[in-house]
Amino acid sequence: MKYSIYSLVRNAFSYHENWPRAWRSPEPKSEYDVVIIGGGGHGLATAYYLAKNHGITNVAVLEKGYIGGGNTGRNTTIVRSNYYLDPNAHFYEHSLKLWEGLSADLNYNVMYSPRGVLNLAHSYADLDAYSRRGNAMRLNGIDAEFLTREEVARMVPLLDCSPHARYPIIGGLLQRRGGTARHDAVAWGYARGADARGVDIIQQCEVTGLRRNGNRIEGIDTTRGYVRAKKIGLAVSGHSGHVAGMAGVRLPIETHVLQALVSEPVKPILDTVVTSGAVHFYVSQSDKGELVLGGDLDMYNSYGQRSNLPPVEHAVQSLLALFPCFSRLRMLRTWGGVMDMSMDGSPIIGKTPLDNFYIDCGWCYGGFKATPASGWCFAHTIAHDQPHALNAAYTLDRYGLGRTIDERGGGPYPWVH
Amino acid sequence: MMLLPCPYCGPRDVTEFTYGGDDGTVRPGDPQAVSDARWVSYVYIRDNPRGPHDELWQHSAGCRRWIRVRRDTLTHQVLSSAPAAQPVQP
Ligand SMILES: Cc1cc2nc3c(=O)[nH]c(=O)nc-3n(C[C@H](O)[C@H](O)[C@H](O)COP(=O)(O)OP(=O)(O)OC[C@H]3O[C@@H](n4cnc5c(N)ncnc54)[C@H](O)[C@@H]3O)c2cc1C
Ligand SMILES: [Zn+2]
Repeated sequence: MKYSIYSLVRNAFSYHENWPRAWRSPEPKSEYDVVIIGGGGHGLATAYYLAKNHGITNVAVLEKGYIGGGNTGRNTTIVRSNYYLDPNAHFYEHSLKLWEGLSADLNYNVMYSPRGVLNLAHSYADLDAYSRRGNAMRLNGIDAEFLTREEVARMVPLLDCSPHARYPIIGGLLQRRGGTARHDAVAWGYARGADARGVDIIQQCEVTGLRRNGNRIEGIDTTRGYVRAKKIGLAVSGHSGHVAGMAGVRLPIETHVLQALVSEPVKPILDTVVTSGAVHFYVSQSDKGELVLGGDLDMYNSYGQRSNLPPVEHAVQSLLALFPCFSRLRMLRTWGGVMDMSMDGSPIIGKTPLDNFYIDCGWCYGGFKATPASGWCFAHTIAHDQPHALNAAYTLDRYGLGRTIDERGGGPYPWVH
Repeated sequence: MMLLPCPYCGPRDVTEFTYGGDDGTVRPGDPQAVSDARWVSYVYIRDNPRGPHDELWQHSAGCRRWIRVRRDTLTHQVLSSAPAAQPVQP
């Protein structure tokens, strides 16, 4: 059913009790052309574009819990394309363009809100780095604006822009087309679109083994039985190393926990996303009115999808240093998700040493904004057995070839990216 | 807060420590003599288990020594801790 003002009115007459389910809940078949492991945004988008762009519809998405229950439903929903290096700039800009048309394409409101993403500059080194990045973005055709201290103060009056601030603000880099989107809606919209094209979305179905025969994976052991597949795509974010290990594939990935927290809801007060690289902190206000804040990783390997106090304290301290006016807000909820931190901070979308096994991982803490382009490129890679131009640089073998894509220049210490 | 048992100082808050990563990455001897694949694996490939993990920590706000901790990455339970076996090159 197409969602529209007419279907809304029609369903109002039956007290909204007769809306059809947005996707089916089928039993797994014994064989598929393509099986995608992981029902987060990336896996679901991949299935959607496999069907929509490449006509491949004998596809299943296997999800161990419920769709969107991983990082897709745990992230702080910031969407942007403010990257310096060319491969990242082109890939994330394609993603942002897909975001701009996504609600219409999916016939599902993903609540993309281009409210701007502002990076605060606290030092002259920050100013240099931001003007360099801003100029690189503009050369790549991406919007970027440099703001003076006065312009920052006018745009976000709540910020402490005084010279005595704990972290003095001396300028900023703004991407107006950046912003936020509704995380759950992205998973649900892609799921509904994929299902309508024939994709089986199978929840409560954990992959427990990959049966390898020489250079191929023949089938997949799951908690809902054995499934054969001609091609297998892995999109399990923080569990990438764990699941790839079932096929004996070792990845340049470490798994780390990242947390976020929200305050009690208040009236609209902050209409943009504010980030500070120096302090390692960002904040925005959700449509429900909560302040959404996040910051550092816990900085040690973890698969524990839960929150710990030290990073919470860091985030709250940073919030109050930048926005002293929030000192009486109470915090409502904290949570954590496990991130696939790659060795250069950039993703991997491509082939593996095995013939019919493809991977999409290394999203670090920025994979939500990548969801549309990741699905787009991963579907292309699986369908054609070779990458799309936009993910040609994101190969698994780039580490050995000296072609790492290291935005930060941090080296192979995944927890610092 | 997670407590790490420093073999020299006893249990201390995790915020006193700096993480040094997987302890399984042994630097190959002569860089000229090892294969590219072996070198790439040393630089980029780590153990990333969902379960017990051998890792290095430095008690940087304490005795400043490097220690080797075996810790479950899912439950965060510390299984053992000992002085680092060899000098650490972070
Ligand atoms: C606190 C936090 C804040 C973040 N903030 C942002 C942000 O502001 N902007 C941004 O762009 N990104 C952000 N991210 C990162 C972003 O959430 C992720 O990079 C992105 O969601 C990854 O998408 P995914 O679909 O690959 O992963 P997921 O949504 O995690 O999906 C993977 C799925 O695989 C399933 N799975 C795992 N193992 C198995 C198995 N054995 N069998 C079957 N299924 C399995 C999981 O249950 C999960 O549902 C944040 C992340 C966190 C945790
Ligand atoms: Zn000590």
